[in-house]
Parts: sequence; structure tokens; C-alpha cells
Amino acid sequence: MRVTGPRTGAATRARRMAPSTHIDQRTALGDVYVRSLLRAQLRLGLGVVLTVVVVLGSLPLAFAALPGLSEVIVLGVPLPWVVLAFAAYPGFVLAGWFFVRRAERNEAAFTALVGPTEGEREDPR
Amino acid sequence: MNQLFQDAWPGVLAVALVSVATLAIGAYGWRFSRTTSDFFVASRSVGPGWNASAIGGEYLSAGSFLGVAGLVLAFGTEMLWYPIGWTGGYLVMLALVSAQLRRSGAYTMPDFAQARLESLVVRRFCALLVVALGGLYLIPQFKGAGLALGIVAGADPWVGEAVVGVVVLANVLLGGMRSITFVQAFQYWLKLSALLVPALVMLGVWVGDGGPSPAAVDVGGVSADAWSDPTVSGTSHGLYVTYSLIAATFLGTVGLPHVVVRFYTNPDGRAARRTTVVVLALLGLFYVLPPVYAALGRVYAPDLIASGQADSVVLALPERMVGGDLGTLLSAFTAAGAFAAFLSTSGGLTVAIAGVLSQELTRRRPAVVRDARAGVRPFQAAAVVALVVPLLLALVVEGVGVAEAVGLAFAFSASTLAPLILLGIWWRGLTDVGAVAGMAVGGLAAGIAVVDTWLGVPHDGWTEVLLSHPAAWSAPLGFATMVVVSWLTPGRIPPHVDTTMVRLHAPEALSLDRGPALH
Repeated sequence: MRVTGPRTGAATRARRMAPSTHIDQRTALGDVYVRSLLRAQLRLGLGVVLTVVVVLGSLPLAFAALPGLSEVIVLGVPLPWVVLAFAAYPGFVLAGWFFVRRAERNEAAFTALVGPTEGEREDPR
Repeated sequence: MNQLFQDAWPGVLAVALVSVATLAIGAYGWRFSRTTSDFFVASRSVGPGWNASAIGGEYLSAGSFLGVAGLVLAFGTEMLWYPIGWTGGYLVMLALVSAQLRRSGAYTMPDFAQARLESLVVRRFCALLVVALGGLYLIPQFKGAGLALGIVAGADPWVGEAVVGVVVLANVLLGGMRSITFVQAFQYWLKLSALLVPALVMLGVWVGDGGPSPAAVDVGGVSADAWSDPTVSGTSHGLYVTYSLIAATFLGTVGLPHVVVRFYTNPDGRAARRTTVVVLALLGLFYVLPPVYAALGRVYAPDLIASGQADSVVLALPERMVGGDLGTLLSAFTAAGAFAAFLSTSGGLTVAIAGVLSQELTRRRPAVVRDARAGVRPFQAAAVVALVVPLLLALVVEGVGVAEAVGLAFAFSASTLAPLILLGIWWRGLTDVGAVAGMAVGGLAAGIAVVDTWLGVPHDGWTEVLLSHPAAWSAPLGFATMVVVSWLTPGRIPPHVDTTMVRLHAPEALSLDRGPALH
């Protein structure tokens, strides 16, 4: 038995549309897809930046609260120096590399989720 | 200016060689620079290694090369926040801006503003701020050059400033971005070696002397304890200044015109990210070196602080510590590196500012110009203006240190362009009215502080601190204004924002409707 009616075709078409078509046509589902990517990448980017900022930003407080730390000598140079002048930079690079890997993974996941196969996009039914 | 070198000629020769090499390498690029797109963005044919080196070269300015070592020598550990901030700003760029900016297809920040907000007013206002920021950043470069040549050859400051101006102008006029790219890449590696090689030799001398600790010396009005203390010593101002520096540098980088313009030279968003990580590594490699000079200077050349010439430690120290012909040679090497720093940053800035100016004045996008060569003349005219005005200002204005002046430029960027690009990329609700309001308020706040500091108006206590380090309050003000005004004008959300968001964020591999290409 075939159900017909003015809205049936639309519902069927919507169900059969590829995610990328949803995005192109700005359906509610398409919006959800795009926002989810944005949210994932924003969480990642902000997370990396805020972690680094909090770690670095707590240093002045730590050194102020524990004055003894300023006097520890490592390799002939005070500890605050070693941290700020040298150790911070490899930290930045590691954070950066971590970010790139994760961001690319997020994008690959999105591509897999949304990427159309040629057949689906062409299907008129 | 006191000449610190025993003989002027090795330093002068080094500076001359760097200038000539810059022009020669630039000439290699001149041969290929005929169309406007060559001029603007090196025709996208630059490889990632070149690009990362070029970005590193452009980014490491006078403040990085001379200013940091001088500040750390004189004031101690707390000044290490400058290079950390300059590197951290690049991390922010990487994590929140790089791929999306590349995907926007924008050459410049005003391009981005127009594409995202679909408004000509925002574009024009943004262009105005970019030109102002560029000028603010150029002034300390010229000052640094005047300082360096003064130290090396006892010349008056204007000589060094003029030399940098002429060389940069020649290079930019004849080759634009492409010649600049080759030049920048060369200069990164020159600057790195110019600091690294003498540092290694000096470290050898230090170890040979038993490795006396710089923290054990009370010198120049800053006791040993204060020198090792990583917060700006003294009052509660110290913590504020530190955090304001962090805010300015971490946020300000994303707005710098010569940095933004480089993103278009990557083939896609993914490459943009990867190039940025390489830049991060190159910056880190460089920034561990100035503190070495400062620490050794504390032990071996403490008189520099007393005579107010701490900024010259990078240039003067090798000659002092190592002595003889080798010492002279090493000092000349650092002088070469210092000049490379001024030339590269000034060059990058001039190209970026000229690009923005000529686009606004000719009311055309370069790729749309039918005769590709027609865009070149306006660009060249704009380059002259972009360079000469800050140069004249540099010759006239006095009294602000190089690193401090750079810090002010960052604060301005953090209060105006940073909110625009960060909110523009990540927040659908940004409106054109909100953007202009935010840039205006942030710009006014930071601008007042900048003018006040440059004019040297005297203040007491907190007022002085707040005005010389405005980022901690002016940047949040800019952001907040942008957000609040956008909330109040939801009807002004751009009509194509959904398509724009797809264009900015969706990976290139997906075939989606991204709207019309910008260029």
C-alpha cells in the first residue's frame, strides 16, 4: 500500500538526503552538523590555549607564594629562569603539536560523518 | 650615542653586508614579481618550509633581538614574559585562527571583515585600524635600528633609521611579497645563527670561568633576589603588569597585519595549521637565546645597566667576553643579526600595510583587476606612505623603550583586531554594528593609553601602570563591547552567515556549498 499526501514526499526526501545536502540546504539537521563541528574545534582550541595560560599564569602566583622556589639553583641559574626562559618553549611546541593532531582528527571524523557518496547525492527518490 | 665597539668598521661592514645581501636575495625575487598577486601574496607557490622560516623571520623584530635581552639584563626574570607572550600569541593563532583564516580566502584583515560581516563600513574601519597598528609597530623597528647603528658605529640615531628605511623601501617597491619571502626566510636563519654562535662561544668562556651565577650579583639598583623574582618586583602593580603583558601578547598576535597576510600563502587550512606549528618551534628555538645574553651580561657587563645601555648587551657582550679579533667578529655578527631583524619586520609590515592601503584607495580587489599590472602602481605608492610616515614619527618621538613600544602595539591589536577575528570566526551572533562598536571602544581605550605613554605624560601609581600597560582592561573592554552591541542588534546578523561558517570551518575535502570565492 502506498501512502500519498502533500507532505509524504517531503518527509521521504528529507530522510534520504545526504548530510552534506542538509548542510547545503540549511536544514535544521544541517545546522546541527555544522554547529557540532564548530563546538568540537572551539572546545579543543580554547582548551589548549586556556591550559597553557593557566599553567603559565599560575607561575607568578606560585613563585610569590613560595619565595623559596626562587632560590633553587639549577645548572647555575635560578629555577624561575629555567622554567620561563627555557622550559616554556618545548611546552608550547608540544601543546601545538597535540592541537594539530586532534584538530585533524576532528575534521576527519566530520568528513567521514558528512561526506557524501556520489550515489546518495544523485539519488532523486 | 655612545659607541661601544672599539672599532666601528667591523660592525658597519656587517650591517652593510646584511643590507646588500637582503637586496640581492630580494633581486632574485624581483625577476618574478610582475603581477599584483605576486606582489601581494607570493602567488601561493611558496613551500611550507620557506613559509615557516619567512614567518619566523618577519615576526622576530627589534624587540625580540635586542629588547628582550636588554630588559632582562636590567630588570630580571619578570621580563621573560615578553618572549613567552610573543610565542604564546602564536599558539593562540594556531589553535583559534590559522585554519579558519586561511579558509576564509582573505588576503588581509579588512578582507576578512568584509567577507564575514558583509559590510563595507566594517571593512573600511578595520583598514584604518590595521594601518594605525602597522605604524605603531613600525616605529620601534626604526628606533631599534637607530640604536643599533649608534652602538656599532657611534652614528646618530637617524642614520640607522634612514638606512633601514631605504633598504626596505627598495626591496618592497621592486619585489613586494615574493622577494620579501625569500629575504625573510634567509633572515630568520641569519638571526638565529647571529645569536646562537656567539652565545655558544660565550658559554664556553663562562664554563671556563667556573660558571658564576648571575643571581649572585647585586647590580644596577636591582638586587640579586629581585632579579630572580619572576613577578615585577615591588608592589601589587607587579602582578598586574605581568598579567597585562600576558593578555597583550597572547591576544595581540592574531591581529598583526604582517602575520595575517602570510596565511594566504598556504594551499589550504590544514597546511596553514601545520606551518604554524613549525613557526612555533622556530620561535622557541630563537627565544631561548636572548636570556642567555642577559644572564651573562649580568656577570660580565653590569656597567651597561648603570649607563642606561642595557639594550646594547647583545651587541656589546661578545666583544667584551671573548675579546680579541674573535670577539669583534662575533659582535659584528650580532650587529648583522640585529639589522636583519629590523629589515625583515619592517619589510613585512610595509608590504602588509601597503596592501591594505592600496586596496582601500583603489576600491578594487587585486585579483579582479583586469590588467594584473595595474594594481602594482597603487601598491608601490602605498608602500612609500606606509613607510615614510612612521619613519618621520620615529625620527621625532622619543622616550619609550623598544620592547615597551612593541608591547603597546600588541595591546592595541589585542583591543581591536583580536576581538574581531576571534569572535568573527567562532561566534555566529557577531554583527557589523557590534564589530565597529567593539573596535572603536577598544581602539579608543588602547589608543589613549598609547598616546599618553608616547607623549610621556607623568602620572602616579595605579594610573601610570594602567596607562602604560592597558591590555588587561582595554582588551576585555573591546571584546565585551563587541559582544554586548551584537546582542543588542540581532537584526544585523549577516544574511549569509551560515554559508560563511561552512566556508571557514568545513574541511576542504568535503564538497559543500561555500558561497562565492573571495579571490
